[in-house]
Amino acid sequence: MKQITRRQALSICGCALTVAAIGVRPAFAANDHKEVISKFTGGKDVKEGKVSLELPEIAENGNTVPLSVSVESPMTKDNYVKRVVVVADANPRAGVATFHFSPASGVAEASTRMRLAQTQNVIAVAEMSDGAFYMAKRQVKVTIGGCGG
Amino acid sequence: MASSKPRVKVPKTAKKGDVIEIKTLISHKMETGQRKDKKTGKPIPRKIINKFVATFDGEQVFAVDVEPAVSANPYIKFNMRAEKTGDLVFTWVDDDGKSYTAKKTLTVN
Repeated sequence: MKQITRRQALSICGCALTVAAIGVRPAFAANDHKEVISKFTGGKDVKEGKVSLELPEIAENGNTVPLSVSVESPMTKDNYVKRVVVVADANPRAGVATFHFSPASGVAEASTRMRLAQTQNVIAVAEMSDGAFYMAKRQVKVTIGGCGG
Repeated sequence: MASSKPRVKVPKTAKKGDVIEIKTLISHKMETGQRKDKKTGKPIPRKIINKFVATFDGEQVFAVDVEPAVSANPYIKFNMRAEKTGDLVFTWVDDDGKSYTAKKTLTVN
């Protein structure tokens, strides 16, 4: 058997490392979702509750995942939902959309369709007119990611 | 892009105090800026609808800051409390600076 030279040994190791790095990266792709949320809340405390997120448990196609968000509120001039931010914690970029409501909205509810690159958590944070923040979080399992190409 | 045609569904009439449902859709590719051209390997520049605004008689009722994670042909559904007869104007703003609008009249009785 031919002896492996030092140079060959190094190149083999290098390849193995590269493969490992590529293989691991997508599974732990932490994005900027924490920054997006803290920018939205201005660093204030966020309580659980009041917000509900409607999402499929399993999304077969990550290119178009239906999303509905609603917030409990009387939606009067003195007590209404100002804004709701929706983020996804493992997309290339966390931001999905920010909904701006007004007392004329009647109810704080909105729907859209979003892209999800992989299985991940979707988080919605609502800002009330009195300055309080509430959130909800749901995991969506994605069969085919929506950031191809 | 001439094909960015907005479509809006609003009830023609409503009773005073009713909360109506409004559905909107605009055809748009919503290029994320994350994709690469398969032939050249160069990134495809971002081009999305970045803002949606709905006004009633000139006052903002609802708006959305849209990010690239919103799907192609963005669909947006929201609600409004019908208080009086008036015009709903919807505006979509493109990354290239263009904007698209649609108008619907709501009759409240």
